[in-house]
Amino acid sequence: MLEAFANGFSGLLAGFMHLQISNVVMIIVGCVLLYLGIKKDFEPLLLVPIGFGCILVNIPLANLMEPHGFLRTIYDAGIMTELFPLLIFVGIGAMTDFSPVLENPVTFLLGAAGQCGIFLTLGLALALGFTELDAVAIGVIGACDGPTAIYVTAKYAPHLLGAVSVAAYSYMSLVPVIQPPIMRALTTEKERTVVMRATRKSVSKTTRILFPLVITILGGLIAPMGLPLLGTIMLGNLMRESGAVERLTKASANEIANVVTLLLGISIGATMDGKIFLQPQTLIILALGFIAICLDTACGVLLGKVLYITSKGKINPLIGAAGISAFPMSARVVMKEGQRYNKKNYLLMHAMGANAAGQIGSVIAAAVMLSVLKGMGII
Amino acid sequence: MKIELTSPIPGKIMKVLVSVGEVVNEDDEVMKIESMKMENPIYAPAAGTIITIGVKENDEVEVDDLLLVIEEGG
Repeated sequence: MLEAFANGFSGLLAGFMHLQISNVVMIIVGCVLLYLGIKKDFEPLLLVPIGFGCILVNIPLANLMEPHGFLRTIYDAGIMTELFPLLIFVGIGAMTDFSPVLENPVTFLLGAAGQCGIFLTLGLALALGFTELDAVAIGVIGACDGPTAIYVTAKYAPHLLGAVSVAAYSYMSLVPVIQPPIMRALTTEKERTVVMRATRKSVSKTTRILFPLVITILGGLIAPMGLPLLGTIMLGNLMRESGAVERLTKASANEIANVVTLLLGISIGATMDGKIFLQPQTLIILALGFIAICLDTACGVLLGKVLYITSKGKINPLIGAAGISAFPMSARVVMKEGQRYNKKNYLLMHAMGANAAGQIGSVIAAAVMLSVLKGMGII
Repeated sequence: MKIELTSPIPGKIMKVLVSVGEVVNEDDEVMKIESMKMENPIYAPAAGTIITIGVKENDEVEVDDLLLVIEEGG
Protein backbone atom coordinates (compact mmCIF):
# COMPACT_ATOMS: atom_id res chain seq x y z
CA MET A 1 0.00 0.00 0.00
CA LEU A 2 2.69 2.39 1.08
CA GLU A 3 4.83 1.29 -1.85
CA ALA A 4 2.03 1.96 -4.32
CA PHE A 5 1.63 5.41 -2.83
CA ALA A 6 5.37 6.12 -3.20
CA ASN A 7 5.37 4.91 -6.80
CA GLY A 8 2.39 7.06 -7.59
CA PHE A 9 4.10 10.06 -6.04
CA SER A 10 7.30 9.48 -8.04
CA GLY A 11 5.14 9.65 -11.17
CA LEU A 12 4.45 13.27 -10.32
CA LEU A 13 8.17 13.98 -9.94
CA ALA A 14 9.22 12.28 -13.18
CA GLY A 15 8.88 15.48 -15.19
CA PHE A 16 11.28 17.28 -12.86
CA MET A 17 13.74 14.36 -12.97
CA HIS A 18 13.87 14.46 -16.77
CA LEU A 19 14.22 18.22 -17.01
CA GLN A 20 17.51 19.01 -18.70
CA ILE A 21 19.47 22.18 -18.53
CA SER A 22 18.70 22.86 -22.20
CA ASN A 23 14.96 22.64 -21.42
CA VAL A 24 15.35 25.12 -18.59
CA VAL A 25 17.22 27.55 -20.84
CA MET A 26 14.54 27.25 -23.53
CA ILE A 27 11.71 27.77 -21.04
CA ILE A 28 13.47 30.98 -20.06
CA VAL A 29 13.82 31.91 -23.75
CA GLY A 30 10.08 31.27 -24.16
CA CYS A 31 9.38 33.56 -21.21
CA VAL A 32 11.60 36.29 -22.72
CA LEU A 33 9.65 36.05 -26.00
CA LEU A 34 6.41 36.32 -24.03
CA TYR A 35 7.80 39.33 -22.16
CA LEU A 36 8.80 41.04 -25.42
CA GLY A 37 5.36 40.37 -26.90
CA ILE A 38 3.23 41.24 -23.89
CA LYS A 39 5.18 44.02 -22.18
CA LYS A 40 7.20 45.50 -25.03
CA ASP A 41 4.58 45.11 -27.77
CA PHE A 42 7.09 43.51 -30.20
CA GLU A 43 4.90 41.63 -32.71
CA PRO A 44 2.72 40.23 -29.88
CA LEU A 45 0.46 38.33 -32.29
CA LEU A 46 3.41 36.13 -33.15
CA LEU A 47 5.71 36.23 -30.15
CA VAL A 48 3.00 35.20 -27.68
CA PRO A 49 2.10 31.90 -29.42
CA ILE A 50 5.76 31.28 -30.37
CA GLY A 51 6.95 31.87 -26.80
CA PHE A 52 4.25 29.63 -25.38
CA GLY A 53 4.89 26.90 -27.95
CA CYS A 54 8.55 27.04 -26.97
CA ILE A 55 7.67 26.50 -23.31
CA LEU A 56 5.29 23.62 -24.13
CA VAL A 57 7.79 21.69 -26.21
CA ASN A 58 10.48 21.92 -23.55
CA ILE A 59 8.46 20.24 -20.83
CA PRO A 60 9.77 16.68 -20.72
CA LEU A 61 7.63 13.53 -21.06
CA ALA A 62 4.66 15.44 -22.49
CA ASN A 63 5.92 14.51 -25.98
CA LEU A 64 3.90 17.19 -27.71
CA MET A 65 6.18 17.13 -30.76
CA GLU A 66 6.41 13.32 -30.93
CA PRO A 67 4.19 11.49 -33.46
CA HIS A 68 0.53 12.07 -32.50
CA GLY A 69 1.44 14.89 -30.11
CA PHE A 70 -0.92 17.78 -30.78
CA LEU A 71 1.84 20.23 -31.72
CA ARG A 72 3.33 17.67 -34.12
CA THR A 73 -0.09 17.24 -35.74
CA ILE A 74 -0.48 21.00 -36.28
CA TYR A 75 3.13 21.32 -37.46
CA ASP A 76 2.85 18.47 -39.98
CA ALA A 77 -0.49 19.70 -41.26
CA GLY A 78 0.43 23.34 -41.74
CA ILE A 79 4.17 23.94 -41.75
CA MET A 80 5.50 20.84 -43.48
CA THR A 81 2.85 21.26 -46.17
CA GLU A 82 3.69 25.04 -46.34
CA LEU A 83 -0.03 25.73 -46.06
CA PHE A 84 0.10 28.17 -43.13
CA PRO A 85 2.48 30.72 -44.68
CA LEU A 86 0.50 30.58 -47.92
CA LEU A 87 -2.82 31.19 -46.17
CA ILE A 88 -1.21 34.14 -44.37
CA PHE A 89 -0.20 35.45 -47.77
CA VAL A 90 -3.80 35.47 -49.01
CA GLY A 91 -4.53 37.66 -45.98
CA ILE A 92 -1.58 39.97 -46.62
CA GLY A 93 -2.72 40.43 -50.21
CA ALA A 94 -6.22 41.22 -48.99
CA MET A 95 -4.83 43.81 -46.55
CA THR A 96 -2.32 45.57 -48.79
CA ASP A 97 -3.09 48.55 -50.98
CA PHE A 98 -0.56 48.52 -53.80
CA SER A 99 -1.75 51.81 -55.32
CA PRO A 100 1.15 53.87 -53.85
CA VAL A 101 3.50 51.73 -55.97
CA LEU A 102 1.38 52.08 -59.09
CA GLU A 103 1.24 55.86 -58.58
CA ASN A 104 5.00 56.05 -58.48
CA PRO A 105 6.49 53.14 -60.40
CA VAL A 106 10.06 54.22 -59.64
CA THR A 107 9.49 52.83 -56.14
CA PHE A 108 9.54 49.35 -57.73
CA LEU A 109 13.30 49.77 -58.04
CA LEU A 110 13.58 50.54 -54.33
CA GLY A 111 11.53 47.46 -53.52
CA ALA A 112 14.04 45.43 -55.50
CA ALA A 113 17.10 47.06 -53.92
CA GLY A 114 15.70 46.28 -50.48
CA GLN A 115 16.13 42.59 -51.26
CA CYS A 116 19.89 42.71 -51.86
CA GLY A 117 20.50 41.56 -48.30
CA ILE A 118 19.03 38.16 -49.21
CA PHE A 119 21.65 37.44 -51.82
CA LEU A 120 24.59 39.04 -49.97
CA THR A 121 23.75 37.08 -46.83
CA LEU A 122 23.32 33.87 -48.81
CA GLY A 123 26.89 34.36 -50.06
CA LEU A 124 28.10 35.13 -46.55
CA ALA A 125 26.47 31.98 -45.16
CA LEU A 126 28.06 29.88 -47.90
CA ALA A 127 31.43 31.44 -47.09
CA LEU A 128 30.94 30.49 -43.43
CA GLY A 129 30.49 26.87 -44.44
CA PHE A 130 26.72 26.42 -44.28
CA THR A 131 25.35 23.95 -46.82
CA GLU A 132 23.66 25.42 -49.88
CA LEU A 133 20.11 24.78 -48.63
CA ASP A 134 20.87 26.07 -45.13
CA ALA A 135 22.40 29.20 -46.67
CA VAL A 136 19.24 29.75 -48.73
CA ALA A 137 17.11 29.60 -45.59
CA ILE A 138 19.42 32.00 -43.75
CA GLY A 139 19.56 34.43 -46.67
CA VAL A 140 15.80 34.58 -46.86
CA ILE A 141 15.71 36.24 -43.42
CA GLY A 142 16.77 39.24 -45.50
CA ALA A 143 13.34 39.18 -47.14
CA CYS A 144 12.31 40.68 -43.79
CA ASP A 145 9.08 38.81 -44.19
CA GLY A 146 7.95 36.09 -41.79
CA PRO A 147 5.78 33.94 -44.07
CA THR A 148 8.34 33.99 -46.92
CA ALA A 149 11.10 32.94 -44.54
CA ILE A 150 8.95 30.17 -43.07
CA TYR A 151 7.85 28.92 -46.49
CA VAL A 152 11.38 28.64 -47.85
CA THR A 153 12.88 27.23 -44.66
CA ALA A 154 10.14 24.63 -44.11
CA LYS A 155 10.69 23.40 -47.63
CA TYR A 156 14.47 23.28 -47.79
CA ALA A 157 15.97 23.42 -44.29
CA PRO A 158 13.27 22.52 -41.75
CA HIS A 159 15.85 21.91 -38.98
CA LEU A 160 16.59 25.67 -39.02
CA LEU A 161 12.95 26.72 -38.83
CA GLY A 162 13.00 27.85 -35.19
CA ALA A 163 16.12 29.98 -35.54
CA VAL A 164 15.17 31.49 -38.90
CA SER A 165 11.64 32.43 -37.95
CA VAL A 166 12.62 33.86 -34.59
CA ALA A 167 15.28 35.93 -36.37
CA ALA A 168 12.83 37.06 -39.07
CA TYR A 169 10.10 38.09 -36.66
CA SER A 170 12.27 39.70 -34.04
CA TYR A 171 14.26 41.77 -36.52
CA MET A 172 11.05 42.80 -38.24
CA SER A 173 9.85 44.25 -34.96
CA LEU A 174 13.24 45.90 -34.45
CA VAL A 175 13.10 47.73 -37.79
CA PRO A 176 12.47 51.08 -36.04
CA VAL A 177 15.71 50.55 -34.07
CA ILE A 178 17.89 48.98 -36.78
CA GLN A 179 17.14 51.29 -39.70
CA PRO A 180 17.58 54.91 -38.56
CA PRO A 181 21.32 54.77 -37.74
CA ILE A 182 22.04 53.22 -41.16
CA MET A 183 19.86 55.81 -42.89
CA ARG A 184 21.71 58.63 -41.13
CA ALA A 185 25.15 57.19 -41.77
CA LEU A 186 24.61 56.89 -45.51
CA THR A 187 22.94 60.21 -46.29
CA THR A 188 23.91 63.86 -46.03
CA GLU A 189 21.85 66.46 -44.20
CA LYS A 190 20.98 68.02 -47.56
CA GLU A 191 19.67 64.75 -48.98
CA ARG A 192 17.59 63.99 -45.90
CA THR A 193 15.80 67.34 -46.04
CA VAL A 194 14.56 66.94 -49.63
CA VAL A 195 10.81 67.62 -49.58
CA MET A 196 8.64 65.28 -51.62
CA ARG A 197 5.04 66.36 -51.97
CA ALA A 198 2.40 63.68 -52.13
CA THR A 199 0.64 63.67 -55.47
CA ARG A 200 -3.06 63.54 -56.02
CA LYS A 201 -2.90 61.03 -58.81
CA SER A 202 -5.32 58.19 -58.49
CA VAL A 203 -4.96 54.77 -59.99
CA SER A 204 -7.93 53.46 -61.93
CA LYS A 205 -9.82 50.43 -60.69
CA THR A 206 -8.96 48.56 -63.89
CA THR A 207 -5.24 49.06 -63.26
CA ARG A 208 -5.62 47.88 -59.68
CA ILE A 209 -7.44 44.73 -60.83
CA LEU A 210 -5.01 44.03 -63.68
CA PHE A 211 -1.96 44.45 -61.44
CA PRO A 212 -2.35 41.20 -59.43
CA LEU A 213 -3.24 39.28 -62.60
CA VAL A 214 -0.27 40.52 -64.59
CA ILE A 215 2.17 39.98 -61.70
CA THR A 216 0.87 36.44 -61.14
CA ILE A 217 1.05 35.35 -64.77
CA LEU A 218 4.30 37.10 -65.62
CA GLY A 219 6.00 36.37 -62.29
CA GLY A 220 4.80 32.77 -62.39
CA LEU A 221 6.22 32.22 -65.85
CA ILE A 222 9.59 33.74 -64.87
CA ALA A 223 9.85 32.02 -61.49
CA PRO A 224 7.45 29.06 -61.34
CA MET A 225 9.01 27.80 -58.10
CA GLY A 226 7.74 30.89 -56.32
CA LEU A 227 4.23 30.81 -57.74
CA PRO A 228 2.65 29.55 -54.49
CA LEU A 229 3.93 32.69 -52.70
CA LEU A 230 3.15 35.10 -55.49
CA GLY A 231 -0.16 33.50 -56.42
CA THR A 232 -1.59 33.57 -52.90
CA ILE A 233 -0.67 37.19 -52.15
CA MET A 234 -2.07 38.26 -55.53
CA LEU A 235 -5.26 36.24 -55.08
CA GLY A 236 -5.87 38.13 -51.84
CA ASN A 237 -5.14 41.42 -53.57
CA LEU A 238 -7.39 40.66 -56.54
CA MET A 239 -10.26 39.86 -54.18
CA ARG A 240 -9.65 43.16 -52.38
CA GLU A 241 -9.41 45.32 -55.47
CA SER A 242 -12.27 43.68 -57.34
CA GLY A 243 -14.65 44.59 -54.53
CA ALA A 244 -16.82 41.70 -55.70
CA VAL A 245 -16.15 39.26 -52.88
CA GLU A 246 -16.05 41.43 -49.82
CA ARG A 247 -16.90 38.54 -47.52
CA LEU A 248 -13.96 36.49 -48.74
CA THR A 249 -11.64 39.48 -48.56
CA LYS A 250 -12.67 40.17 -44.99
CA ALA A 251 -12.41 36.51 -44.01
CA SER A 252 -8.91 36.28 -45.51
CA ALA A 253 -7.68 39.48 -43.90
CA ASN A 254 -9.25 38.83 -40.50
CA GLU A 255 -10.61 35.41 -39.50
CA ILE A 256 -8.37 33.18 -41.61
CA ALA A 257 -5.26 35.27 -40.99
CA ASN A 258 -5.94 35.30 -37.25
CA VAL A 259 -6.58 31.58 -36.92
CA VAL A 260 -3.55 30.71 -39.05
CA THR A 261 -1.32 33.15 -37.15
CA LEU A 262 -2.18 31.33 -33.93
CA LEU A 263 -1.48 27.88 -35.39
CA LEU A 264 1.63 29.10 -37.18
CA GLY A 265 3.01 30.76 -34.05
CA ILE A 266 2.50 27.79 -31.80
CA SER A 267 4.04 25.35 -34.30
CA ILE A 268 7.07 27.60 -34.84
CA GLY A 269 7.50 27.75 -31.07
CA ALA A 270 7.29 23.96 -31.04
CA THR A 271 10.42 23.72 -33.21
CA MET A 272 12.42 25.37 -30.44
CA ASP A 273 13.35 22.18 -28.61
CA GLY A 274 16.44 22.86 -26.48
CA LYS A 275 18.37 19.94 -27.98
CA ILE A 276 18.00 21.37 -31.50
CA PHE A 277 17.87 25.09 -30.83
CA LEU A 278 20.76 25.52 -28.37
CA GLN A 279 23.63 25.18 -30.79
CA PRO A 280 26.32 27.64 -31.81
CA GLN A 281 24.84 27.79 -35.30
CA THR A 282 21.65 29.36 -33.93
CA LEU A 283 23.68 32.36 -32.76
CA ILE A 284 25.40 32.57 -36.14
CA ILE A 285 22.02 32.50 -37.87
CA LEU A 286 20.71 35.28 -35.62
CA ALA A 287 23.82 37.34 -36.42
CA LEU A 288 23.55 36.70 -40.17
CA GLY A 289 19.86 37.61 -40.14
CA PHE A 290 20.73 40.90 -38.48
CA ILE A 291 23.37 41.58 -41.12
CA ALA A 292 20.85 40.71 -43.85
CA ILE A 293 18.42 43.39 -42.70
CA CYS A 294 21.19 46.00 -42.31
CA LEU A 295 22.32 45.22 -45.88
CA ASP A 296 18.75 45.52 -47.20
CA THR A 297 18.47 48.96 -45.64
CA ALA A 298 21.88 50.06 -46.88
CA CYS A 299 21.19 48.89 -50.46
CA GLY A 300 17.80 50.59 -50.47
CA VAL A 301 19.24 53.90 -49.24
CA LEU A 302 22.16 53.68 -51.69
CA LEU A 303 19.78 53.19 -54.60
CA GLY A 304 17.81 56.10 -53.14
CA LYS A 305 20.99 58.18 -53.45
CA VAL A 306 21.35 57.15 -57.08
CA LEU A 307 17.75 58.23 -57.71
CA TYR A 308 18.49 61.48 -55.83
CA ILE A 309 21.24 62.21 -58.32
CA THR A 310 19.40 61.05 -61.46
CA SER A 311 16.27 62.99 -60.47
CA LYS A 312 18.44 66.08 -59.84
CA GLY A 313 17.61 66.18 -56.16
CA LYS A 314 13.87 65.53 -56.32
CA ILE A 315 13.88 62.12 -54.63
CA ASN A 316 14.74 61.88 -50.97
CA PRO A 317 17.10 58.89 -50.53
CA LEU A 318 15.56 58.07 -47.15
CA ILE A 319 12.57 56.46 -48.87
CA GLY A 320 14.94 53.75 -50.12
CA ALA A 321 15.03 52.33 -46.60
CA ALA A 322 11.34 51.46 -46.97
CA GLY A 323 12.09 49.07 -49.83
CA ILE A 324 11.91 46.12 -47.45
CA SER A 325 8.94 43.96 -46.71
CA ALA A 326 8.30 45.07 -43.12
CA PHE A 327 5.00 46.75 -43.93
CA PRO A 328 4.10 49.39 -42.89
CA MET A 329 6.68 49.73 -40.11
CA SER A 330 9.49 50.74 -42.33
CA ALA A 331 7.45 53.40 -44.16
CA ARG A 332 6.65 54.92 -40.77
CA VAL A 333 10.33 54.92 -39.86
CA VAL A 334 11.09 56.84 -43.06
CA MET A 335 8.29 59.34 -42.39
CA LYS A 336 9.60 59.98 -38.86
CA GLU A 337 13.22 60.32 -39.96
CA GLY A 338 12.29 62.74 -42.74
CA GLN A 339 10.32 64.89 -40.33
CA ARG A 340 13.16 64.89 -37.84
CA TYR A 341 15.26 66.87 -40.31
CA ASN A 342 12.51 68.93 -41.89
CA LYS A 343 9.24 69.39 -40.04
CA LYS A 344 7.37 70.17 -43.22
CA ASN A 345 8.37 67.00 -44.98
CA TYR A 346 5.81 64.21 -45.29
CA LEU A 347 7.47 61.27 -46.98
CA LEU A 348 4.76 58.84 -45.86
CA MET A 349 3.04 58.19 -49.20
CA HIS A 350 6.29 57.81 -51.13
CA ALA A 351 7.68 55.53 -48.43
CA MET A 352 4.46 53.49 -48.58
CA GLY A 353 5.08 53.03 -52.30
CA ALA A 354 8.59 51.72 -51.68
CA ASN A 355 7.30 49.59 -48.80
CA ALA A 356 4.50 47.97 -50.82
CA ALA A 357 7.03 47.37 -53.59
CA GLY A 358 9.29 45.74 -51.00
CA GLN A 359 6.43 43.46 -50.02
CA ILE A 360 6.12 42.16 -53.60
CA GLY A 361 9.89 42.44 -54.07
CA SER A 362 10.63 40.01 -51.26
CA VAL A 363 8.25 37.44 -52.71
CA ILE A 364 9.64 37.87 -56.21
CA ALA A 365 13.22 37.70 -54.88
CA ALA A 366 12.47 34.44 -53.06
CA ALA A 367 10.72 33.06 -56.14
CA VAL A 368 13.62 34.01 -58.41
CA MET A 369 16.13 32.54 -55.98
CA LEU A 370 14.25 29.23 -55.88
CA SER A 371 13.95 29.06 -59.66
CA VAL A 372 17.65 29.87 -60.10
CA LEU A 373 18.62 27.18 -57.60
CA LYS A 374 16.33 24.74 -59.36
CA GLY A 375 17.99 25.65 -62.65
CA MET A 376 21.40 25.02 -61.06
CA GLY A 377 20.19 21.63 -59.89
CA ILE A 378 20.68 22.46 -56.18
CA ILE A 379 17.05 21.90 -55.20
CA MET B 1 -0.01 88.23 -45.85
CA LYS B 2 -2.33 85.24 -45.79
CA ILE B 3 -0.70 81.84 -45.86
CA GLU B 4 -2.70 78.72 -46.63
CA LEU B 5 -1.80 75.38 -45.12
CA THR B 6 -2.96 72.49 -47.28
CA SER B 7 -2.89 68.83 -46.38
CA PRO B 8 0.41 67.16 -47.26
CA ILE B 9 -1.05 63.65 -47.00
CA PRO B 10 -4.42 61.94 -47.40
CA GLY B 11 -6.04 60.81 -44.17
CA LYS B 12 -8.42 61.67 -41.36
CA ILE B 13 -8.22 64.69 -39.08
CA MET B 14 -7.59 63.26 -35.62
CA LYS B 15 -7.21 66.48 -33.68
CA VAL B 16 -7.36 70.19 -34.36
CA LEU B 17 -5.04 71.72 -31.77
CA VAL B 18 -5.69 75.42 -32.48
CA SER B 19 -8.72 77.68 -32.83
CA VAL B 20 -9.53 80.75 -34.89
CA GLY B 21 -7.89 83.86 -33.46
CA GLU B 22 -5.06 81.95 -31.85
CA VAL B 23 -1.50 83.18 -32.39
CA VAL B 24 0.99 80.49 -33.41
CA ASN B 25 4.72 80.33 -34.08
CA GLU B 26 6.23 78.71 -37.12
CA ASP B 27 6.54 74.93 -36.63
CA ASP B 28 3.99 74.84 -33.81
CA GLU B 29 1.91 71.69 -34.05
CA VAL B 30 -1.56 72.68 -35.26
CA MET B 31 -3.22 69.36 -36.18
CA LYS B 32 -2.83 65.64 -36.18
CA ILE B 33 -3.79 63.67 -39.26
CA GLU B 34 -4.19 59.92 -39.18
CA SER B 35 -2.87 58.30 -42.31
CA MET B 36 -2.03 54.63 -42.82
CA LYS B 37 -2.84 54.00 -39.14
CA MET B 38 -0.15 56.48 -38.18
CA GLU B 39 -0.50 59.72 -36.29
CA ASN B 40 1.14 62.54 -38.25
CA PRO B 41 1.74 65.94 -36.68
CA ILE B 42 1.05 68.93 -38.93
CA TYR B 43 3.07 72.08 -38.22
CA ALA B 44 2.30 75.76 -38.80
CA PRO B 45 3.94 77.01 -42.01
CA ALA B 46 4.55 80.50 -40.57
CA ALA B 47 4.08 82.60 -37.43
CA GLY B 48 0.83 84.54 -37.22
CA THR B 49 -2.84 84.45 -36.32
CA ILE B 50 -5.16 81.67 -37.39
CA ILE B 51 -7.97 83.29 -39.37
CA THR B 52 -9.75 80.28 -40.88
CA ILE B 53 -9.89 76.59 -40.11
CA GLY B 54 -11.20 74.55 -43.04
CA VAL B 55 -11.66 71.16 -41.38
CA LYS B 56 -12.99 69.61 -38.21
CA GLU B 57 -12.12 66.44 -36.36
CA ASN B 58 -12.95 63.18 -38.14
CA ASP B 59 -13.04 64.87 -41.57
CA GLU B 60 -11.43 62.87 -44.35
CA VAL B 61 -8.91 64.93 -46.29
CA GLU B 62 -7.12 64.49 -49.59
CA VAL B 63 -3.74 65.89 -50.56
CA ASP B 64 -3.95 69.69 -51.12
CA ASP B 65 -7.25 70.14 -49.25
CA LEU B 66 -7.25 73.40 -47.30
CA LEU B 67 -6.57 72.87 -43.58
CA LEU B 68 -6.24 76.44 -42.30
CA VAL B 69 -5.21 79.99 -43.15
CA ILE B 70 -2.72 82.05 -41.16
CA GLU B 71 -2.47 85.87 -41.28
CA GLU B 72 1.26 86.29 -41.13
CA GLY B 73 2.85 88.59 -38.58
CA GLY B 74 -0.12 88.36 -36.18
